[in-house]
Amino acid sequence: MSRRTSPVIPGFGLTLGYTLVYLSLIVLIPLGAMFVHAAQLTWEQFWAIVSAPRVLAALQLSFSTAFYAAIINGIIGTLLAWVLVRYTFPGRKIIDAMIDLPFALPTAVAGIALTALYAPAGLVGQFATELGFKIAYTPLGITLALTFVTLPFVVRTVQPVLADIPREVEEAAACLGAKPLQVFRHVLMPALLPAWLTGFALAFARGVGEYGSVIFIAGNMPMKTEILPLLIMVKLDQYDYTGATAIGVMMLVVSFILLLLINLLQRRIETP
Amino acid sequence: MSIRRYALAALASAVFAGSAIAKDYELLNVSYDPTRELYQQYNAEFIKHWQQAHPDDKVKIQQSHGGSGKQGRAVIDGLRADVVALALAGDIDEIAKLGKTLPDNWQTRLPDASTPYTSTIVFLVRKGNPKGIKDWGDLVKQDVSVITPNPKTSGGARWNFLAAWAYGLKAGGSEAKAQAYVKSLYQHVPVLDTGARGSTITFVNNGQGDVLLAWENEAFLALKEDGGTDKFEIIVPSLSILAEPPVAVVDKNAEKKGNEQIAEAYLKHLYSPAGQKIAAENFYRPRDTKVAAEYAKQFPKLDLVTIDKDFGGWKTAQPKFFNDGGVFDQIYTAH
Repeated sequence: MSRRTSPVIPGFGLTLGYTLVYLSLIVLIPLGAMFVHAAQLTWEQFWAIVSAPRVLAALQLSFSTAFYAAIINGIIGTLLAWVLVRYTFPGRKIIDAMIDLPFALPTAVAGIALTALYAPAGLVGQFATELGFKIAYTPLGITLALTFVTLPFVVRTVQPVLADIPREVEEAAACLGAKPLQVFRHVLMPALLPAWLTGFALAFARGVGEYGSVIFIAGNMPMKTEILPLLIMVKLDQYDYTGATAIGVMMLVVSFILLLLINLLQRRIETP
Repeated sequence: MSIRRYALAALASAVFAGSAIAKDYELLNVSYDPTRELYQQYNAEFIKHWQQAHPDDKVKIQQSHGGSGKQGRAVIDGLRADVVALALAGDIDEIAKLGKTLPDNWQTRLPDASTPYTSTIVFLVRKGNPKGIKDWGDLVKQDVSVITPNPKTSGGARWNFLAAWAYGLKAGGSEAKAQAYVKSLYQHVPVLDTGARGSTITFVNNGQGDVLLAWENEAFLALKEDGGTDKFEIIVPSLSILAEPPVAVVDKNAEKKGNEQIAEAYLKHLYSPAGQKIAAENFYRPRDTKVAAEYAKQFPKLDLVTIDKDFGGWKTAQPKFFNDGGVFDQIYTAH
């Protein structure tokens, strides 16, 4: 029985046209303008800007701290989603609502609050000082701020998928003799992984570009705790628009390649 | 757009009331962070002053504050400022160069290099001065930690840097010695915030560092805050820099709004005794010698170098010290 299914929203042409216009206005034109601006540079000039030692140090710092933050949230976020989906307990709704708070809070407020807490003289920071290490003004502090602002991504992507896996599936696996770890490895993980990767990628991408919350806790020491977005601001404050766009373009390209790789990985998992 | 609305309102009132004399003005003053309180007070004074001569006019003055460089960029990118009052002349130079909304010689149009009030850089230390800091030389002693913002992003921090350089030059006698001094000074800096306010928060609220290099007016403000005198004190070094935050009319914007006259009067009145007094009350050093004498007790005397005489102006100092590859970059990347 082959019947041509008519879509709910009519008019492929109209919807695609709308999609393209929308994407162009919101995403492609602003990004394109950046590339056009950066194109004023010759290849050598561009390379000289993006391969300066300070830029490379910042590149490494930004991507590594964003990666660690995404990994931490990948693990803790999955755990949070698990607890919220699989158990009912008093206050669950409130905890569920709290997950989104880092999105609602202005990032600068988060940054100042975290710095006050984790600075060497702060409420939490003083214990770290006693133990002989520093949190604020080190890469550790940056990772902490990024972990805070990217918390909702993994939770919110994993949560609905987890809710869609009936508990019976786990029970059936257990009845067939699977140990808990085997249930997790062979039953839950394959279903969760694509959503988890999406959450991870979103958290990572957000972390790479984050400015407001990091800037207060980072310490901003050149070569040590200076993030890439700050270097862009530094260039702008010198009225060096082209230099700023050069770093922006480089960030964009590196991020795009990484996100593309994650996407490919995801497709391989989904279609074995 | 509210400007158009005001223009229409002005036109309508002119036609209907039959009087072409009374006007509505809306003036936008784009300034840097620490002048907020100063201009709040001054705007009220200026409106009073203007209305004495033009009793039927309605004047509304808006102020915008932020980091000096960011504010300059906003004006270049199209923020319709009638007047700008920024932390350093270099930022207004850039507006003239990139925005082309005022002539290159803007600094010659008003007295005193277009700077109606000045300030300097002093040290804010914790009560009782536990580290015994008296002058620049003490900042590079072991176990002293210094808070100052990043001169690449903060106008105030550039004055700090140049003041330190001037000391290094005087104490060492050569540029190489001066560079060695600022290098060791910045090795004592644990946090480089992006702006002066950020550094004040780091020092005052987060309890970091033993010394804050600060605008004199900001240091006084920190003392004026609740309990400030119980926690901090100001140390005046032997030598510092005359920090000159200039003002200018942005001609093209003022013309478009029909504000040329009032914008010019707004800045000129800053030089009047009334304007100078308000500057002094807000801890800026007045230019007027009479008003300065009145407030002499408030402002300690010290040796001051100037950007024009000792550094060849911002057009020389900015690329030499702060642009990519300049002295500031060298002290961090060269080993």
